[in-house]
Amino acid sequence: MTTAAVAAPITAQAFKADYKPIWCPGCGDYSVLASVNKAFAILELRPENIAVVSGIGCSSRIPAYTTCYGFHGVHGRALAAGTGLKVARPDLTVLVAGGDGDGYSIGGNHFLHACRRNVDLTYVVMDNHVYGMTKGQPSPTTEPDWDSKLSPGGTGLRTFHPLVIALAAGANFIARAFSGDPNGTAQILVEAIRTPGFSFVEILSPCVTFRPEQRDWKSQVRPAPVAPTDDPARAARRIMTDDGFNIGVLYKGARKPYQPPVGMGAKRPADLEAEFTI
Amino acid sequence: MHDKGGTSVPSFSIALTGSGGAGVMTAGNMLLEAAAQAGWYGLMVRSSGPQIRGGEAAALLRLAARPVDCLDDRFDVVVGIDWQNIHRFADEIPLDAGSLMIGDPDQGNPPEVFTKRGVRLAQIPFKRMAKAIPGSWPNMIVLGVAGTLAGLSAEMLKSVVRNSYKKGGDGLVASLAAVDAGVAAAAQGLPATPRLGSPGRIGKKPRWLITGNEATGYGAVRGGVRFVAAYPITPATEVLEWLAPALAGVGGTLVQAEDELASINMVIGASFGGVPSLTATAGPGLSLMTEALGLAVAAEVPVVVVDVMRGGPSTGIPAKSEQSDVNIALNGLHGDAPRIVVAPNSIADCLTATQWAVHLAEKLQAPAIVLSDQYFGQTRAVVDRPADVSFIGERVLAAPRAEGYKRYALTESCVSPMAIPGTPGVAYTAEGLEHNERGIPSSQSGDHIAQLGKREGKLRRHDYGEYWAEIEGEGEFAVVTFGSCSGPVREALARAAAEGIKARLVSMRLLSPAQPERLAKALEGVKRVLVVEQNHGAQFHRYLRADFDLPGEVHSFHRAGPLPIRPDEIHRQITEWSRA
Repeated sequence: MTTAAVAAPITAQAFKADYKPIWCPGCGDYSVLASVNKAFAILELRPENIAVVSGIGCSSRIPAYTTCYGFHGVHGRALAAGTGLKVARPDLTVLVAGGDGDGYSIGGNHFLHACRRNVDLTYVVMDNHVYGMTKGQPSPTTEPDWDSKLSPGGTGLRTFHPLVIALAAGANFIARAFSGDPNGTAQILVEAIRTPGFSFVEILSPCVTFRPEQRDWKSQVRPAPVAPTDDPARAARRIMTDDGFNIGVLYKGARKPYQPPVGMGAKRPADLEAEFTI
Repeated sequence: MHDKGGTSVPSFSIALTGSGGAGVMTAGNMLLEAAAQAGWYGLMVRSSGPQIRGGEAAALLRLAARPVDCLDDRFDVVVGIDWQNIHRFADEIPLDAGSLMIGDPDQGNPPEVFTKRGVRLAQIPFKRMAKAIPGSWPNMIVLGVAGTLAGLSAEMLKSVVRNSYKKGGDGLVASLAAVDAGVAAAAQGLPATPRLGSPGRIGKKPRWLITGNEATGYGAVRGGVRFVAAYPITPATEVLEWLAPALAGVGGTLVQAEDELASINMVIGASFGGVPSLTATAGPGLSLMTEALGLAVAAEVPVVVVDVMRGGPSTGIPAKSEQSDVNIALNGLHGDAPRIVVAPNSIADCLTATQWAVHLAEKLQAPAIVLSDQYFGQTRAVVDRPADVSFIGERVLAAPRAEGYKRYALTESCVSPMAIPGTPGVAYTAEGLEHNERGIPSSQSGDHIAQLGKREGKLRRHDYGEYWAEIEGEGEFAVVTFGSCSGPVREALARAAAEGIKARLVSMRLLSPAQPERLAKALEGVKRVLVVEQNHGAQFHRYLRADFDLPGEVHSFHRAGPLPIRPDEIHRQITEWSRA
């Protein structure tokens, strides 16, 4: 994955596919796409050495909107596909992306185990607190009293807290970003990709169609008031007590990334049959 | 070996039973190994109660001068270290008046369910004898007794015991003495039992002692698999446990996943990255994997899923065999989702069939399901080393910067070059949505029909060669079967042949895509077809009826597991029908 052979520096524009997204006008995901491409350019990566892996949902359409290798799989399993890819091909940069329904509901188990496993990949969740593709149902991060056709009067359920769950499950890098700040988001993504192990970036990305009130997020977000910590207890207290609008890197640990059991690799397949031979 | 007065028989069947921890599996494995060293063939089926540890256990062995691929209709000898709950094995250990039951008089009488069959009885005080040799265990006495009845010398048995202590451990001397004591006890006044004939050609052919699950793992590695993701499940776990160190040895990787949804998606992700990938599971896991298998179909990502079938539905009978996943393997995905389904037809064939499945998946960029079963997977057998085959995974790859590259291009063979991440100028998005040739999502009917045709066509147009089925014999009568029924069918047909009934065997390895023309050719001139399978719903028969034109009169013989289908049952079907 060397860039030594590359003459001209690559620009964010080089990562943009000539293919128009299906997203609604005003969707936060456009800015996230721009930030992702910018981060790739800052890191001087080549499109062919990156794989963007996703599941199902509005934001999960992102792989095809880049010029990288893309994988648009089934609902909720993006982290599993990304994990298999990265373990099999450690030379690639793997970015797994999706939404709050894909990642926290149907894919919740994989989220926990990806945090635990700490494979060296970056997971971006574009969180808009709603299922947009199916036109407005509550997701795990939706407020309990949010009214919808499927759950009239609200679900009454406590909202899911992805950041503290990621911390408890062992994620090595935890950050919150806001799509309305594309430069800041790009910087956070750069740091996430550079940090070895499982990096989790939750990006608040408004759904202007089904959650128009989220347009107001831009006035609610603020930079996190304190520097990142490597102390999980301190990070847990901060994440649990903030109002969900503190932006920045909230936890950065030094856990060793996942290493699969590796043998010498010196055997030929035929060497394996000695144990069967009478 | 013939000096004890028994008659020479083609095979010798012996069951060793006892409560868990008594060591019958250890004794059984050693007996099989000693028989293998002596030049014989044979197999050992493990059966145990539902308890994780400490339940009743039975090692069911059949030894023979020639390769065998099923248990016999009956057992010559049952040796019980004790009889605790052994009545539960009554159906699995068929006995008759010629059978001999040997028990420890201090452990009470053998279960009535056995003795009422009129068996002969003998007594050996295993526990007391073991107690007389400090540090020894009754199962080594049993090994001496069983080995002697099988016709193995004390030296052969003790050589296997010595081998088992190579890695250390106390008690070798005591164990050897216990074997000697068992040999001596067997030599004194036991009723005559049949003895095996001479083993014949020792050392001429390389032979293996292997389980189907190990053979499956080795076939995967030989086919080129270098990434495995896995979730433990009975009776497939040994495939994975064998593969973990084996893959590390050849430079591959195994990841234990959080569930089967993860394991199938991990292998799809790894294969998207260009590394031939496989997972192994059983029915419940295959059920969970079906959605992602559809993704592998649509996105054209090669993967292999080994299904070691067990009794279903739901949790079913986890540790016992049944061929009841035919329907899900052939039809269990939503949409029109063509896939490859391959069924090994012997323990040794688990190797070649799995290797073939890897080859086909890679070549055709499609998911392949290998339908093994618990009988194959967990039975240890002495087999001739399978012939080397040239099946290896070879993908058609896209060249760097290929002009106007289209991942899902419509080609003559319907297989399109696959770009592997890292290759410049041909990046694309693997897509589970319906798409056009470039891989751009499309809901237009033209694209849908073209891509459906491509995915179906690439499987249909491939020439699968002779390996698609095992075809033996001739005549106007034919038995069509697959998988682990092939062993008992072959044996039943041999008996029928000895009685002058000519018949053919068609054991199908390739279940999907269906090969109606090949089967029609195999059955040319046939007037009666007997379809044999081990499940309640005649799933294989229904599939044959739907996808093939079967000649003449067709009968279905199907019976659910977990009891193995025995040669005698099939032989009776054949003789009764041929007399009708």
